[in-house]
Amino acid sequence: MSERISLLATERAEEWLLKPGVYFMQGNIASAEAALIAGCRFFAGYPITPSNEIAEHMSRRLPQVGGYFIQFEDEIASVNAIIGAAYGGVKSMTATSGPGFSLMQEAIGLAAMIEAPIVIVDVQRAGPSTGIPTLVGQGDIMQAKWGSHGDYEVVAYLPNSVQEMFDLTIEAFNTAWEYRVPVIVLADQSVGQMIERLRVPPLDEIKIVERKAPTVPPEEYLPFDSRYLVPPMAVAGEGYRFHVTSLLHTDKGYPTTSHEHSVKLITRLIRKIRENEKIIGRYEALALDDADLVVVAYGITSRSALRAVREARREGLKVGLFRPITAWPFPYWGLREAVDRGAKILVVEINMGQMVRVVREYYSNLVEIHFMPWAPGAVPRPHDILLKIKEVYGGE
Amino acid sequence: MSSGLRLGLRTESIKSLLRLERFPHIWCPGCGIGTVVKCFAEAVLKSDIPVEKHVVVSGIGCTSRAPGYLKLDGFHVIHGRATPFAVGLKTVRQDLEVTVIAGDGDILAIGGNHFIHAIRRNDDINVILVNNFIYGMTGGQYGPTTTKGSVTTTSPYGYIEGSFNVPYLAAALGANFVARWTPLHTKELTAAMLEMFKVDGFAIIEVVSPCLIYGEMNNLPPLEVMKLFRDRTVIDHEADLSKIDIDLRNPEKPIVLGNFVKRSRPSYQTLVRELIKKARGR
Repeated sequence: MSERISLLATERAEEWLLKPGVYFMQGNIASAEAALIAGCRFFAGYPITPSNEIAEHMSRRLPQVGGYFIQFEDEIASVNAIIGAAYGGVKSMTATSGPGFSLMQEAIGLAAMIEAPIVIVDVQRAGPSTGIPTLVGQGDIMQAKWGSHGDYEVVAYLPNSVQEMFDLTIEAFNTAWEYRVPVIVLADQSVGQMIERLRVPPLDEIKIVERKAPTVPPEEYLPFDSRYLVPPMAVAGEGYRFHVTSLLHTDKGYPTTSHEHSVKLITRLIRKIRENEKIIGRYEALALDDADLVVVAYGITSRSALRAVREARREGLKVGLFRPITAWPFPYWGLREAVDRGAKILVVEINMGQMVRVVREYYSNLVEIHFMPWAPGAVPRPHDILLKIKEVYGGE
Repeated sequence: MSSGLRLGLRTESIKSLLRLERFPHIWCPGCGIGTVVKCFAEAVLKSDIPVEKHVVVSGIGCTSRAPGYLKLDGFHVIHGRATPFAVGLKTVRQDLEVTVIAGDGDILAIGGNHFIHAIRRNDDINVILVNNFIYGMTGGQYGPTTTKGSVTTTSPYGYIEGSFNVPYLAAALGANFVARWTPLHTKELTAAMLEMFKVDGFAIIEVVSPCLIYGEMNNLPPLEVMKLFRDRTVIDHEADLSKIDIDLRNPEKPIVLGNFVKRSRPSYQTLVRELIKKARGR
């Protein structure tokens, strides 16, 4: 039996991992391969379009690297199973789309509460409800942050290319295990299912974060030690004989109704992300320095927006692009300088207004914030965005 | 240990497995869950599996508080999801002996789908299902094992739905080990738990247990239920499982106990190890 553990926990299985080089690959498959490189050895999921390629690929590839794949009876079982596996010390993930992501919400709160590192790839499709399973949407931005009850923090990445499906999946695992937090790769149908160039760097150039195990003897170990922002994590079977509960708990992991412990625990769960928001949060800024108008767009929409911004520049309009790479934490600081200069903002996203609310939260009193809603099921064309840019830009 | 608390002599043997600083526990006087915990702790100590390799997982409810009093790696997760949590953990860590301890509402109502699929997959986990016929912690609502006619806070005119016959259900789904005992049958219950640890594949023990909350509404206080267990239980390992549904209110109907099913269908975890070897061409 101990052979199984060494296989999982320590074997890098390098001979079976994707070799460095340049590939022509689908986004979902790039995400799956990245997970294996990051050390993922357990995938639990339930079939749902447009994320199926991840599960299908994992079912073939995980056994090769000595890992486990289970197709569960539903998304609820899947997400709870990866939380269990994470507490076995094994990097674990699931992949889904809107309806499945909705079903997972209660357990996302569980993962946040018991500080279980998990990765969820949500390949967003058109909603609400069953919506259009095969076509794009960006309607899960708010659900990713606020979908479970109570106060908690998650991290959510917004890949806009096959390369980022790869890079950000690895980063998602690193962030999950660094901060003991649920991390979501908030992809969309277009980015997930497009096929394009992927560069896989040599393995020794890829940063991999491993679990920080406790160093104290079992009798001194506190699984939720509030002297740390992120306490060291024991896993089952190591002799710590620790207790974990979804109830509000003490540093020892015991249930409590005390407000003092509520303050201690809940604020720490929030602080461990917020105090590191500038380390975790990421964005890309293009031509913001002299911009009179900043287009904010992410995921597949950012690629249309980029073309529109370039076209606008060609026509002499001083327009820049701000692309959040993390939805949560939202990299508000990246817009600060443009806002201070008085640049207007135009948010474009495939929903009826989600990230625009966050932008307003930070900057609504300071500059004009415009919004271009886009119903799900299609990506706005560069031309559509350019028209809106001109409308907003010309309004001086 | 809080001052003034004394453990009974019979509890001394399992002291090393209890989180004494958490006592007194939350269970009502007369509740059967404490006895189940004691039998489980004894079984853990008697098993040839090291204590640190035993893991307990539970959902939400009275029974699910059990891991909180056991000095083992324990996970008290969300309502109904102890089973998939346990399956994920066991799959990646087959060196562990993973036991779910939870109630009828947790495992059979909100967790019913996971229950039937874990048995279908034949996951190598143990389930101790404490059936007290009611939702005790939330104040006495009816559940999927409530006896027909019972008064509960959500069936004030009497319960009219059908109830699960747990061993019949588990056996039909293919569980490798199926048993039913009561807190009155401590020796048999402990022995069944020891048997369960040895099973490769899904093992379930239904523990039919008295509940103060149920008793108050149905003239069946816990002591009466224990008497009923003495007078109306029949041990029959070969019983026809289709006929062993429980009717607490019918004095003519026996409560049939036993170790009903023992078989050795290979577990999912055994098969997946073979699958990995095949995938790697070794």
